[in-house]
Amino acid sequence: MSSPSIFTRPARLAAIAPYLWMALFFLVPFVFVLKISLSQTAIAQPPYVPVFDPAEGWEAIKTAFAALSLDNFKLLVTDDLYVLSYLRSLVVAAISTAILLLIGYPIAYGMAQLPQRWQSVAMMLVIVPFWTSFLIRIYAWINILQHDGLLNQILLALHLVATPVVWLSTDSAMYLGIVYSYLPFMILPLYATLAKMDPALLEAANDLGASPLRSFWLVTFPLSLPGVGAGALLCFIPIVGEFVIPDLLAGSNSLMIGQTLWLEFFTNKDWPVASAAAVILLLLLLAPLLLYDRLQRRQLEAR
Amino acid sequence: MARASNKLSVFNVTALALGLAFLYLPIVILVIYSFNASRLVTVWGGWSLRWYFEFFNDEAMLDAAWMSFRVAVTAATLATLLGTPAAVALSRGADFRGRTLFSGMLYAPLVMPEVITGLSLLLLFVAIGAERGFWTVTIAHTTLTMCFVAVVVQARLGALDPTLEEAAMDLGCNPLRAFVAVTLPLILPSIVAGWMLAFTLSLDDLVIASFTTGPGSATLPIRIYSEVRLGVKPEINAICTLVVTLIAVVIMVASVAAKLSDARGKAAARL
Repeated sequence: MSSPSIFTRPARLAAIAPYLWMALFFLVPFVFVLKISLSQTAIAQPPYVPVFDPAEGWEAIKTAFAALSLDNFKLLVTDDLYVLSYLRSLVVAAISTAILLLIGYPIAYGMAQLPQRWQSVAMMLVIVPFWTSFLIRIYAWINILQHDGLLNQILLALHLVATPVVWLSTDSAMYLGIVYSYLPFMILPLYATLAKMDPALLEAANDLGASPLRSFWLVTFPLSLPGVGAGALLCFIPIVGEFVIPDLLAGSNSLMIGQTLWLEFFTNKDWPVASAAAVILLLLLLAPLLLYDRLQRRQLEAR
Repeated sequence: MARASNKLSVFNVTALALGLAFLYLPIVILVIYSFNASRLVTVWGGWSLRWYFEFFNDEAMLDAAWMSFRVAVTAATLATLLGTPAAVALSRGADFRGRTLFSGMLYAPLVMPEVITGLSLLLLFVAIGAERGFWTVTIAHTTLTMCFVAVVVQARLGALDPTLEEAAMDLGCNPLRAFVAVTLPLILPSIVAGWMLAFTLSLDDLVIASFTTGPGSATLPIRIYSEVRLGVKPEINAICTLVVTLIAVVIMVASVAAKLSDARGKAAARL
């Protein structure tokens, strides 16, 4: 960060518009989520009661306030359907993040070892799929994985299987989709820390007699931990709330919380339960979110 | 450099090649299938542009594509106008009051599950009685994508030598002029990259748009999603290929623009 200069004051003024925008459209909405999570569903427009209407006067607001209750939260923490949704989301996110680390690390490592000129090309190649549509990339996999899709055709032609294998609507397809979609998010922070590493450190380890594997484990890996942390959080947090991938690729017998929330909102039209589900999801993600915020700030501002 | 290439083992190259193949193969297959004449997606019936004609005659799909395009252009532009000053404030504003909250609000949406962002924005729009449609989706996308713009521009600003601005001010520029004459040309590639990223993210979003849109104004991903849920249709392959092509063109234009302005920036910095 540059030392305070005459540039500081006008730079601070630049914060006003984005500050107000984010406060209005990112912070304030959570107040409404919280309020509606304490309301009851109703066949009305909007579909919940009570509605706070300042025009009806102080007494009406007080009555409305008294009508708020924790019923939705009680439902969410006692009903197996919801509890299992949360558990499944956390388990799926944890397993996916582990697979992503195992696959992403060698790729990022390989990128960091390339000659300088090729590194930027490789980075571009990793970023481009991230720019092309998320939905399209999942759809591309449906083409391949469906009953008479390419994968089954190849397997049948090679006589590896006798009958078509069911790939779609399975957990394996979902994990494949998640890993495929989030791989760039894992590779980029890993690559950023690995590329910054001083090769002299490894040479020193070698000179002192460490085998390549040992010097990787004792020098490279510990130094890349900030990248591992950033990549893991960048994947874990959104995967917990993922909707599209499990909806299109996984079976329908067990749902992730993003799907449950979607179902409550769009199919059951139960806005209060959907809001309560969002509040609990946010509470579950609070610790990883704060950790991510700290890592991100250190990475962007400690130059 | 020679040392680096010595370490390039078979393992590294294999990992890299497999990784890139994994990332690209499904998209390549999708593009090839979009030219398939057969109605059965997976049976090859020869090359044909049939599904592209089908798309250009599909009124509902075209409406959705046009809606998505307008939302993406508007949201990306607003996001750039808001995200760039945010990045300037974060990297040049030192420690101002509320800075922690500010950066937190900008970083959190990058990882926040979309179902939460979408639901919370919808509840806000309903509470203030806003009519749902083009503008609610655009505001939602602006909110999400300005954070990406801010991060991209901030990374570039952080790598910039602040003495350049100070030199300009020593030479008599006021801060605004110094920013416009010196800083802005140097960070322009990242601003362009930020706009493009915002554009593609908006074009791509299904979840937030589903929550915040109103009846009769479906975006392209919403239409694609409802078709895909009913099963694979060859027309979707054609639409997806067109979207991928559009994005590829946009990226290429951006990287050429970035290179040109980067070269100019370097020349200016050398002077």
